[in-house]
Amino acid sequence: MDNPCPTHIDLAAAFEESGVRDVLRELDDTLIGLEPVKSRIRETAALLLVDKARREMGLATETPTLHMSFTGNPGTGKTTVALKMADLLHRLGYVRKGHLVTVTRDDLVGQYIGHTAPKTKEVLKKAMGGVLFIDEAYYLYRPENERDYGQEAIEILLQVMENNRDDLVVILAGYGDRMDRFFASNPGFRSRIAHHIEFPDYTDPELLHISERMLDAQNYRLDDAARAAMAEYIAARRRQPHFANARSVRNALDRARLRQANRLFNEAKGPIDVGRLSLITEPDIRASRVFRGGLDVDRMNGDRLDAQGANRQAAAE
Amino acid sequence: MKLRQGQFSFLPDLSDDDIRVQAQYAIDNGWAVSVEYTDDPHPRNTYWEMWGHPMFDNPDAAAVVFEVNECRKEHGGKYIRVIAFDASPGWESIRMSFIVNRPATEPGFRLVRQEAEGRSVRYTIESYAVREPEGARY
Repeated sequence: MDNPCPTHIDLAAAFEESGVRDVLRELDDTLIGLEPVKSRIRETAALLLVDKARREMGLATETPTLHMSFTGNPGTGKTTVALKMADLLHRLGYVRKGHLVTVTRDDLVGQYIGHTAPKTKEVLKKAMGGVLFIDEAYYLYRPENERDYGQEAIEILLQVMENNRDDLVVILAGYGDRMDRFFASNPGFRSRIAHHIEFPDYTDPELLHISERMLDAQNYRLDDAARAAMAEYIAARRRQPHFANARSVRNALDRARLRQANRLFNEAKGPIDVGRLSLITEPDIRASRVFRGGLDVDRMNGDRLDAQGANRQAAAE
Repeated sequence: MKLRQGQFSFLPDLSDDDIRVQAQYAIDNGWAVSVEYTDDPHPRNTYWEMWGHPMFDNPDAAAVVFEVNECRKEHGGKYIRVIAFDASPGWESIRMSFIVNRPATEPGFRLVRQEAEGRSVRYTIESYAVREPEGARY
């Protein structure tokens, strides 16, 4: 008995049914900023939904290429979006399990001849049925060393990306300019990747919003002076080296919590109430060395510091 | 003579899709799936050669099918089976085992009679295949 294809489909109903709406709403709620990324994901979701409908009607037979590349500076939410993407693809039925396996060069490339292939295959097997996220993918290719084993990993990767398209989706991530160079020297990758998504840097107000969101999740809050200090901190931190957007903010908050705990410990004379335990004040943030010119200034003075001072310094960033 | 060992051996040969579904069942139960091959089909030959490590942390059975096909490339003329090991406390044994690849011709087994004390006879079986040395059997 042959199964007749449906002749029409209610896209709105399919949209509801697949649970894509929930993922997109979650994306909107949990991620601040990143408008271009969100709109690209909405477009991709629409495309996949229509494609799925077409396949059900027998109009299309091939699995579309779903491999993607995420380019952007560190801390712009690439991994977070990849997690959401895995969920989205799972709900649309393009991957069977929807788990995310995050790897870097070290997980794929071996240390001696014959080590790379089994290692890469092991990772690929683990990612089957889900999404493989390769962070800083350009490290796989090292043109300066022609004996580099990265090339071997790339070949296996390309082969599996082509032959096991139904089994896994590969997302390559990294800085924009270096990814461009990587693709230029590996044309095989460029042609196998259908979706290129750029992640813009966060603006200062967005980062402040993010910092409040992060604190909120841990039941902390900033008072008004601390919020102003945080805004200044973000502006100052951006101008210093190794700025990593939301990740820098998270690290700053971790250290602020450390200082807050220290302060409470030293000040406390009696019982402390919930409000004080969860309040981060201006001095907690102002103590950061970012306000004193950052890491470089410390390095210059570093020679004069004794061991104890160095420890205090580490705690103070 | 078609070898009848393990599960599904009285059914037609499993397709890749059948293998995937069965392996997925094992994975969903938390069992470690692995691929093994041999050219000695004796039923008491319990320990076959391992093809790679047991797959402890692969959530999807596509990896099993992938390994079965890799093994077929190398040992396509031998028996290949998929087994699922249950490591839960108090069990520690094989829960599933099924053949996924067999040689083109299976010569079967002969009955061996051994004269023992008195007029008693001991019976055993021997695969015709194992008369050839290892590596030259199928």
